[in-house]
Amino acid sequence: MAIEANRKEYLRRLGGKKYFILGDEACAYGAIYAGCDFFAGYPITPATEIAELIALELPKAGGICIQMEDELASIAAIIGAAWTGARTMTATSGPGFSLMQENIGYAIMTETPCVIVNVQRSGPSTGQATKPAQGDVMQARWGTHGDHDIIALAPHSAQECLDLMLDCFNLADIYRTPVILLMDGEIGHIRESVTMPELSTITHAERKLAQPAEDIFGGPELVPGITHYGEGANVHVTGSTHLANGMRDVATPEVHDVLLRRIYRKIADNREQIVRTELDKDTDGKAKIGVIAYGAASRPAHGAVGRARNNGNAVDFLRLITIWPFARTQVVEFCRDLDVLLVPEMNLGQISREIERFVNCRVVSVSKIGGVPHTVEEILTAIEEAV
Amino acid sequence: MRTEIRLAAFGGQGIILSGVIMGEGAINDGKNAVQTQSYGPESRGGAAKSEIIIADENIDYPMVVEADCLVALSQPGYDKYASEVKPGATVIIDSDLVETEKHPTAGSFYQLPFTKLADELGNRIVANIVMLGSVCAITGIVDKESLLEAVKANVPAKFLDLNVRAFTRGYEIGEQALA
Repeated sequence: MAIEANRKEYLRRLGGKKYFILGDEACAYGAIYAGCDFFAGYPITPATEIAELIALELPKAGGICIQMEDELASIAAIIGAAWTGARTMTATSGPGFSLMQENIGYAIMTETPCVIVNVQRSGPSTGQATKPAQGDVMQARWGTHGDHDIIALAPHSAQECLDLMLDCFNLADIYRTPVILLMDGEIGHIRESVTMPELSTITHAERKLAQPAEDIFGGPELVPGITHYGEGANVHVTGSTHLANGMRDVATPEVHDVLLRRIYRKIADNREQIVRTELDKDTDGKAKIGVIAYGAASRPAHGAVGRARNNGNAVDFLRLITIWPFARTQVVEFCRDLDVLLVPEMNLGQISREIERFVNCRVVSVSKIGGVPHTVEEILTAIEEAV
Repeated sequence: MRTEIRLAAFGGQGIILSGVIMGEGAINDGKNAVQTQSYGPESRGGAAKSEIIIADENIDYPMVVEADCLVALSQPGYDKYASEVKPGATVIIDSDLVETEKHPTAGSFYQLPFTKLADELGNRIVANIVMLGSVCAITGIVDKESLLEAVKANVPAKFLDLNVRAFTRGYEIGEQALA
């Protein structure tokens, strides 16, 4: 295919280069590596630089970028494009993410693979529009109505913005679901060295296609094959409760029960395959204090853990890379022998409360809002108070 | 070795670009660099801050804790960050935009007319590049050639010559201030 040849040539030239770029820009390059064919978006601080770089670079790699009239149209466009077989994404921040919630539910219910980047900023509403926050963690989980599960990943460096985009697109295709890259303004606007991967190291997951004889909207397996528009079969895509052939049936309780439990279970039952964390255990193995963090807050948190160890305190550290589904096995294991767990977040304790549901140790939320990330000192003080 | 540099100004004075160039210059030197920024919703005016961490090792925490070098191009920028410097730090201000006699704890304190010099070169917009030249001469944090290379890579081709002259002029007055 000509498009694929363009992309390969583009990425072959990029491979091995080292750029001093924003997390947002790294995210855009990550999308191109991940095989994004179609981007639709609407500019918003602090996510605009993603769209800017995509607009410049994606067409060179054979893809299409459209600026839509708003965020509702943006997500509608990427859902529609995904049904033609394209790998699609949009990028926004809190206010735009709020506007997208209805169609994120539509993507969940229609099992549409697509990627939504949310570079979190301080809210609610216009809040501190240009300042970073991590206040959309629970919105990513529960922002759209109705029972569902979701996949969300949180990068902590510009390099990881690139690397995790590959995971986002692959997870979207493997599980036929929208996947959220939950960045934050701090990481979106951090500028640091990013190494462009060699093309030979990149793998794309295959989106499973329905066989012609199958019910085109999914058989009994957890993740049914998809039937793209234009491939010869009649495709009916609806956000209403539907049968395996895609046709509406909103009156039969069992139809809804079977459909929704399967959509929920395809993520919940594969949690261990999806979840990624990064563990830094204290070398003496006897820590009674632990710190769990993610995204921007994980950087001062990890710095503070290092300082605390230099001061003679044993402290364990766990970074959540996957935010949803929640890393409950890893978190329970991490906390098993701890007395106190500190959870620094740039919100009022959203993951801290989630952790409390699963662990027996004391959980202390080290929350910070106001648009300024934690300092190493602030988290170090919290650790020393816990000693 | 970790060096923390903070640039403070109004939005529109170009310090975010200055920070990007400084970071890229450090990378040209073979070091690690992280640049972060903070600004208001206004495209001009409002407080702007640009921070650069340069280190030989990996940079865990990306922001300034206590600056080794503070550069202020606005009074509010100076007032807000003057106290958040290491003892013995280098503090540099635009002498026409910041009013202060001296800095209480700085190891060295420089008042230089970046904006006026940019006006003399024909365009106030290059005050940020004049400043970079001076910071380079005074602190030596980034190699002169590495930084100039980064300046050239980050300004529009149409204004390349003006920016090179701005950098050179800034470097000269930085050297004079050191002498």
